[in-house]
Formats: sequence, structure tokens, C-alpha cells
Amino acid sequence: MSYTQIAICAVIAALIFDHFITKRKLTTRKVFWTSYAIIIFFQLITNWWLTSRNIVMYSDQAIIGLRIASAPVEDLLFGFAMVLSVLNLWVYWGKKGVQRK
Amino acid sequence: MLAFTVVGSFWLEIFLKVGVLRRFKRVLMSVLPVAAVFVIWDSYAIAQGHWYFDEKQILGFFGPFGIPIEEFGFFLIVPIAAIMTIEAVRRVKKHWQVGDEA
Repeated sequence: MSYTQIAICAVIAALIFDHFITKRKLTTRKVFWTSYAIIIFFQLITNWWLTSRNIVMYSDQAIIGLRIASAPVEDLLFGFAMVLSVLNLWVYWGKKGVQRK
Repeated sequence: MLAFTVVGSFWLEIFLKVGVLRRFKRVLMSVLPVAAVFVIWDSYAIAQGHWYFDEKQILGFFGPFGIPIEEFGFFLIVPIAAIMTIEAVRRVKKHWQVGDEA
């Protein structure tokens, strides 16, 4: 599978995890989207740093070629899936009473 | 990049008292399972050549699956920064429900 295909699958998996597995439904909450807006702003800066300096490079065959802030658009899907999943677990464990405060 | 992320988020610990690092058990329980999945993805992507690194711009230490040590740092630091961010937002917007309330 290409980076594009895996990234799309990862986003779908993260949405299923959010909605049906942890059932925290962060994607319906203002607190998530506000946090994600802050996170994506910084992600674009670090993406630009890592790709414009060629610290990380991508195979043309693995991506569709659309780039945002010098990085493949797939990186944003990768980041969204990772951030949503981690925050889901964080909120899930909090709900379970693990170190809520 | 990792240092930038630490500087950009960890001040929330001090000034907004988000108390994320204090709850390291909950942090590890949230970060490690996701990191494990993304490390598998990373190893596959590196093996397939989806992405590759400039050897002159990385430390040159590699962990399991030929993954540069910086990648492991990424999968720990970035998620912690994300948790600090959501905890900071809730600190400022106290009436917003997060979903972990008792």
C-alpha cells in the first residue's frame, strides 16, 4: 500500500476508535477541534522544517504529490490519526478513573 | 524539531499547571499503545521506501526495525505535547466537556 492509502486507512481507523470503541466521540467536541487547530499550526511549522531541509524525504510513488507547507498532505492525515487516537486513550483512561486529576 | 516541540508545549506544565507529566502513568497508557502501532507503520514505510532520512542530518543511532532514534522520540514527545494542549484548552475553557468527567 502507498503512504496515501495507509494514511486514509489510519484516519478511518482513528474515527472508528473514537466513535465506536472508546466512544469518547472527541470529534464532536469543541475542546478537541480547538486543540487540534493549535496542534496543526505547529505541525505545519515542523513539517516545513523537516521537509524543506530534506531531513525527511518521500518517494514520489508513495504520495499523491499535493504538498502543504512543503510536506506531503498525507502527513496531515498521519498526524490527525495519531493525535486523535492518543487523546482518545487519554480521555478514555481519565473516564475510567486513572489519574483524573 | 523535537526540542521546538518540547519548548512549545512544556511551558503549559509550568504556567497553566496542566499537570500532565505528574500523571505519567496515564500518559504512558495513552501514548505507548498508539506509538506501538505507528512504529509498525514507520518500519513498513521505511522498508518500502515511502520515506527516508538524510543520514547527515540525523544522529545515526537506529532502534529496532532500522528506525532512527529520533522517530522514537517523535512518537513520545508529539503525543505528550498533544495531551498538554487539550489539557491547556480545558484549563482556559472550563465549561467545555472533554468526556472524562466523573
